[in-house]
Amino acid sequence: MSSFLSLINDKRVRDWLYQIVVVVLLVGLTVFFVRNASENMLKAGIASGFGFLWRTSGIEVPFVLTGYTQADNILSLFWVGVANTMLVTVIAIVLATLLGFVVGIARLSSIWLVSTIAGAYIEFVRNIPLLFFVLFWYFGVIAALPAPRQSIGLFGVAFLNNRGLTIPLPDGMDNLRIAGWIILACILIYAAFSIWARKRQERTGQHAPTLRAGLVLLLAIPLLALVWAVLATRWDVPVLRGFNYRGGFAVIPEFVALLAALVTYTAGFIAEIVRGGIQSVSHGQTEAGSALGLRSGQVLRLVTIPQALRVMIPPLTNQYLNVLKNSSFGAAIAYPDVVSLFMGSALNNTGQAIEIIAMTLAVYLVIGLAVSALMNWYNARIALVTR
Amino acid sequence: MSSRIEPVSSLSLWRERLFGTPFTAFVTVVLLLGIVWAAVPLLRWTVIDATWRGTTRADCTAGGACWVFIRVRFGQFMYGLYPADQRWRVDIAGILLVLGILAVALAPQRFRLKLGIAMLVVLPPLGIWLLSGGFGLRSIETREWGGLMLTLFISIYSSLIAIPLGILFALGRQSELRVIRLISVIFIEFWRGVPIIAVIFLASLLLPLIMPGGIDIDRLARAVIGLGFVIAAYMAEAVRGGLQALPKGQREAATALGLTYWKAAGLIVLPQALRISLPAMTNEFIALIKNTTLVLVVSILDLLGIAQASLADPNWVGMNMEAYAFSGAIYWLICFALSRWSRSLEKRRRL
Repeated sequence: MSSFLSLINDKRVRDWLYQIVVVVLLVGLTVFFVRNASENMLKAGIASGFGFLWRTSGIEVPFVLTGYTQADNILSLFWVGVANTMLVTVIAIVLATLLGFVVGIARLSSIWLVSTIAGAYIEFVRNIPLLFFVLFWYFGVIAALPAPRQSIGLFGVAFLNNRGLTIPLPDGMDNLRIAGWIILACILIYAAFSIWARKRQERTGQHAPTLRAGLVLLLAIPLLALVWAVLATRWDVPVLRGFNYRGGFAVIPEFVALLAALVTYTAGFIAEIVRGGIQSVSHGQTEAGSALGLRSGQVLRLVTIPQALRVMIPPLTNQYLNVLKNSSFGAAIAYPDVVSLFMGSALNNTGQAIEIIAMTLAVYLVIGLAVSALMNWYNARIALVTR
Repeated sequence: MSSRIEPVSSLSLWRERLFGTPFTAFVTVVLLLGIVWAAVPLLRWTVIDATWRGTTRADCTAGGACWVFIRVRFGQFMYGLYPADQRWRVDIAGILLVLGILAVALAPQRFRLKLGIAMLVVLPPLGIWLLSGGFGLRSIETREWGGLMLTLFISIYSSLIAIPLGILFALGRQSELRVIRLISVIFIEFWRGVPIIAVIFLASLLLPLIMPGGIDIDRLARAVIGLGFVIAAYMAEAVRGGLQALPKGQREAATALGLTYWKAAGLIVLPQALRISLPAMTNEFIALIKNTTLVLVVSILDLLGIAQASLADPNWVGMNMEAYAFSGAIYWLICFALSRWSRSLEKRRRL
């Protein structure tokens, strides 16, 4: 008895005991749920396993990037959804970052009216549900746009109307591909150059003109290459025939509405991150930089921005992952993303809830974990080294 | 900029703000023109050309907003399809909630915790009884609930699940027991990594599946449970911030005094940590209010859902802007007030 008491009073033994109890409870609960589920599924006549993925889907999708047709199997339907989710996520992240930086810097402007308007925008956007914006853009704005015949032309090549956005499509990809290779080469040359420049500076103290080289290699040449490629390619520009536009690529209204909602909403959050990041760099840092004889551009590039970025990167990553997750709001207006195509249509057709839900959640978890891992690595690299 | 201190009249302050330098003045004028250009049509639509009185769509002839639509449907926006002669029950539930919060807030410090716990035990079941009926009240199915009342119901009851669970998992994540820590991390990262809309689908599909045969869970309860689990993960992260901000010595001192783990957590750690994380938790509650709109996808109609559904009424075609403006304004007021409150909490702590 006394040996039992001393065993119970040993902290290590007790800790193990607690953990074993918790694990047993969890396993028991899981077994209970799984048994119920399999019984209920048996009763309802629902099959299990992933065999359904190779069945013909028969589901029509209005917005396809992968060349999927109704005759393909359900697995390719899944990939259509993933591609559409990724497309809207990536474009929304780029645009929201741009708008967010503009609003965030405007919030810090010394001109009172500019910072007030930016502040009002941030307060407006952050306190209203995202779904409100999605529905508002879809049923309030896009639906109220003029019919195709009275489209709003954008530079005469793209047309916005209540059936979405029609944009030109290149006839051949050859020139664009060459431009892509040129840009890739420029990036590689620039990377090599900056590594060489840094090594030389460490060795001799001489500063190489990396900024000018960067402007030429990363901005001027790529821009020229793109302009050449765009001009050299024949474009299939949409033209009005009858009641709608022919040719070009029709971006469905759901995409336009979801993108607009995601960008305007997320920009409000990114603006606050940008403002916080810039404000976190104390004024003494800028002054110290000037005192060392750096020019104001150098202070910004070498002192302010690296420190502001360190503060901004973690919350920005969170926002980008939020955009990924929030792209599923498209399900409310039937944008064919992975949730609405796979968790909606495919689940209705096959009834295999568990497999489909697991696959859909896995998409978000895998991307999310990958991005988090990448960001943690980057964060560790730029983090302040303290002793 | 003068270094002399002189009395500044508000007029000169504004002149300085708006027209301090030529460039500032230029930007101000351009922006003011832009504001006028945007605000005049907006003002005309919302106020000047709007119709306020009447009963049908035919009364709206002025060309501006047709607020008649909102007046006629006000009850639906607030209560959904809840029977009109039973709406007093919702009102009483709301009044009880406000009274409960006031009582706890105004009670003397000594009683506050006990009173708060008593309220937490008594009010939630009372609210469910009042709203759904039974035991002497006419029973009203959740299908008939809707509008703002449902938005608040889902937010409050989801956070009743989310806050305790969140605190537990936040403690678990800080625990020195490795298995517990692992389970907590997996729980938190899983629910934070998946979209809420998918969780609502998941809850409405899987909850009935994993229950023993014959037990049916109300579809509103499914949505509340699903939301509660996701928000629990976010709450856990908010609480973790508070736990990490607390000096380690607090728990060590408590342990040295001979308090057990739970006593130390309940008496020493949590009271301090929760106070620190209250602003963050309020922000999660705001996010929850915004995310309740997603129950639309399982055809539960909260405020935004009712607004959306009301657009389908053939007697009131083309009321999109009115419905959106009204529902958006309500969401904005609630969330803005809460976020201001959370910000003032944060400031008070920092000072």
